[in-house]
Amino acid sequence: MPFACIFVPDFPVEALLRAEPELRTQAVAVLEGKAPLQKIFAVNQKARLVGISPEMTKVQVEACSDLVLRVRSSLQEAAAHAALLDCAQSFSPQVEDASCDTVLLDLAGLEPLFGPLPKIARDLARCACDLGLETNVAVASNPDTAVLAAHGFAGVTVIPEGKEAEQLGSLPVEVLWMGSGSQIQEIFERWGIRNLRALAALPSIALSERLGQEGIRLQQLARGRTFRSLVPIEPPLVFEEGIELEYPLVLLEPLAFLMSRLLEQLCARLSARALATQELRLHLELENGFHAGDTEECGIFDHVGTGTLSYLERTQSRRSFHRTLRLPVPLLDPKVFLKLLQLDLNAHPPGAPIVKIHLSAEPVRPRPAQNELFLPPSPEPEKLELTLARIAGIVGSNKVGSLQLLDTYRPETFQMRRFAPAPIDENGSREPKSARNNQKREEIGLKRSSDRSQGQTGFETAVTALRIFRPPLRATVTLHQGRPVRIACPKRKEACGEILWAAGPWRSSGDWWEQEGWSRDEWDITLQETTGITLYRLVRDLFSGRWLLEGSYD
Amino acid sequence: MFSPVFSEQMGRAVTFVPEPEPVLALRRLAALPKLAGVTPASQLGIRPLPEMVSSGIREIDALTGGLPRGCLSEICGPSSSGRTSVLLAVLAAATRRGEVGALVDTTDALDPISAASAEVDLERLLWVRCGKSNIESRTSDCGSQTSNIGFEGRDAGFDDRCPSHRRGPTPQLRSLEQALRVTDLLLQSGGFGLIAIDLGDVPHTAARRIPLASWFRFQRAVETTPTVLLVVDQEACAQSCAALLIRLQSSILGRQSSGEELSIFSDPLSERDPNWPTQAQLLDGLHIEGELLRSRLGRKPSQSVTAAFATRAVRIA
Repeated sequence: MPFACIFVPDFPVEALLRAEPELRTQAVAVLEGKAPLQKIFAVNQKARLVGISPEMTKVQVEACSDLVLRVRSSLQEAAAHAALLDCAQSFSPQVEDASCDTVLLDLAGLEPLFGPLPKIARDLARCACDLGLETNVAVASNPDTAVLAAHGFAGVTVIPEGKEAEQLGSLPVEVLWMGSGSQIQEIFERWGIRNLRALAALPSIALSERLGQEGIRLQQLARGRTFRSLVPIEPPLVFEEGIELEYPLVLLEPLAFLMSRLLEQLCARLSARALATQELRLHLELENGFHAGDTEECGIFDHVGTGTLSYLERTQSRRSFHRTLRLPVPLLDPKVFLKLLQLDLNAHPPGAPIVKIHLSAEPVRPRPAQNELFLPPSPEPEKLELTLARIAGIVGSNKVGSLQLLDTYRPETFQMRRFAPAPIDENGSREPKSARNNQKREEIGLKRSSDRSQGQTGFETAVTALRIFRPPLRATVTLHQGRPVRIACPKRKEACGEILWAAGPWRSSGDWWEQEGWSRDEWDITLQETTGITLYRLVRDLFSGRWLLEGSYD
Repeated sequence: MFSPVFSEQMGRAVTFVPEPEPVLALRRLAALPKLAGVTPASQLGIRPLPEMVSSGIREIDALTGGLPRGCLSEICGPSSSGRTSVLLAVLAAATRRGEVGALVDTTDALDPISAASAEVDLERLLWVRCGKSNIESRTSDCGSQTSNIGFEGRDAGFDDRCPSHRRGPTPQLRSLEQALRVTDLLLQSGGFGLIAIDLGDVPHTAARRIPLASWFRFQRAVETTPTVLLVVDQEACAQSCAALLIRLQSSILGRQSSGEELSIFSDPLSERDPNWPTQAQLLDGLHIEGELLRSRLGRKPSQSVTAAFATRAVRIA
């Protein structure tokens, strides 16, 4: 039963390099501790070559000009560990979380799916590389041998069954303690045992007499003859990426640069788990906190019709800034996410320098990409979202979308909704929604299409459309025997003069049981204009007695 | 300059015939390597006729053959001429086909009740309401993509005598500019079966300021797509970019208390006294006449062709 181990050497450094991949060619050291007493916690291979080692103080290493120093980030380490688990989970459901930098997985039964063991090992390394981690991958017949090989050998190692002792023999005995010192290690050093081959060759009984069961266990490890079961875990589907900044960001352009990296990592992790996202949350920590004006600017506009983006919740802490990106369909394109976040931040800037960026995605199953060949064209969801966000940047987020009629007779009652056209079925019909439309029309008192002359070819009698004046125009109306005979509308100079024809009144009222009751008379009037006869809808508000020009028939 | 060409006629002696200069120049041009791949205009294939889709009104379809995909169509007419009625019928037909439609509403004039009663599938209609906006276009992204969309004179060429130029664009011009930029974004996005620009309440003086380059850009953007680009305005402003131009005019249909329909105001002054409506008279609709002014899809008709149809008034009851 084969097992694989994925090990990330210099894990704290790798977690940082994952967010800053351009530092891979440089010597990097990670600092830990409070400011005057900071010490080196981890270094990469290039830093070791220039003589930097852990436990050195910051003052000692500052003399090295080529060394890049970074502060240890628990946020990035957690994200890197989650990425490591995602990498393993993308291959096998049986995954053991051995430590923050080591993951074991059971490869039993995977060969028919992914190919022979060497190919699986290479694919694991490639997958980890796609997630921004440089790893050692080892495949062996038991978990402990795989862990030792991953810690001891760089790159990809495959140990055939029965050759564990031979392959592990060249490894130093320090690999048994994974870098942490031990009293037995000093004993081995005094005995002159430098590698696992020498340890494996020792007589077991004599070793047991001197070192007890621990000695026997170490020898079994060196011989590759241990066996244990994995302790599988089921990592939660939490996809979060973050970065803490050394210097506060004040411009959106460098922020977009950093968000791009985080989004790429996030999408790579989602892709490794064959998932997509429909909700993306951006959390920014600000240096100076919100001013009152900033809070107003980023106010809650979560009502229907705000478009693509909405502000989820008022920040609990005054030093944080939240934005939530909700999508109508599951997407997995970091460029689209970045552009949408950019457009949203352009419209709603944070208002203070940014010191920490945190992105999280709500995982959902990806949508099936296969469409019918003969369906009518419809916008691609990714492009449509970008287009809607750009249009919202031009006209305002509450002025773009699809409209929905409300169940009331009150005029001008509708609401804007996010535009998300539902896909039509294979026959091109949308029966359920048509039924809903008919129901809605009945609710608002309009005749059904069956009442009209509708041919079999889909032709219908055109309706006389009204063009609404928003807001309605105040007018002064002269009455004669209760009928309007003359009108003057200061805001529309054409709508002035003698009324040629008037029909009405059409009286309607509603909501009288509430405070916002309404009652009005509608008149259809005709005026002679320079371009010809124009037909208007004139309304008298019976509560206020005001005359309003509501629109023109066209 | 002569090119010696041998000519042999009926066994006579060979003589030199000088070749005409234009022919020589053309041959030399054709020999240039840069022009080797250029197809002469005389050998270009005939562009296939665009697919026509129904406008939703039988009479309009009979008049024009429908609306062409991949072309800019224009419907013009004065107020109360039935432009919006036709627009809603076109939108309803598009959504009935399962397509996604977009309405760029320059003056925010769409009546939802009219749209619903015209059988427009509101879920498949993207409504962009131009006009007042809290957000001034500060996004560099939008600006960079549509930098060449806008009015003559926002950057250059605006009438210097116009005082609004010094104070910035008027709200009307601003909403018009928004409409153009939104249309450009929608065309770039693709996938829409119909994109309609409603300039019905925009004065013709303002609509005429839309540069021809914008219309050409729209025409170029739409010609490779299956989208119907429809412009509704008071007077034709897309000029030669419009493949189809229809002018509408109407008279008003009333209804007497007896239920009899009548057309009034064909001559308002003469019919005013006998037909002065009573309380029970209501607007019953519009009698619309459409005239085909331009169609690039067929030969120009020898005389004016028109079609007439009536609309039905909608009352919430």
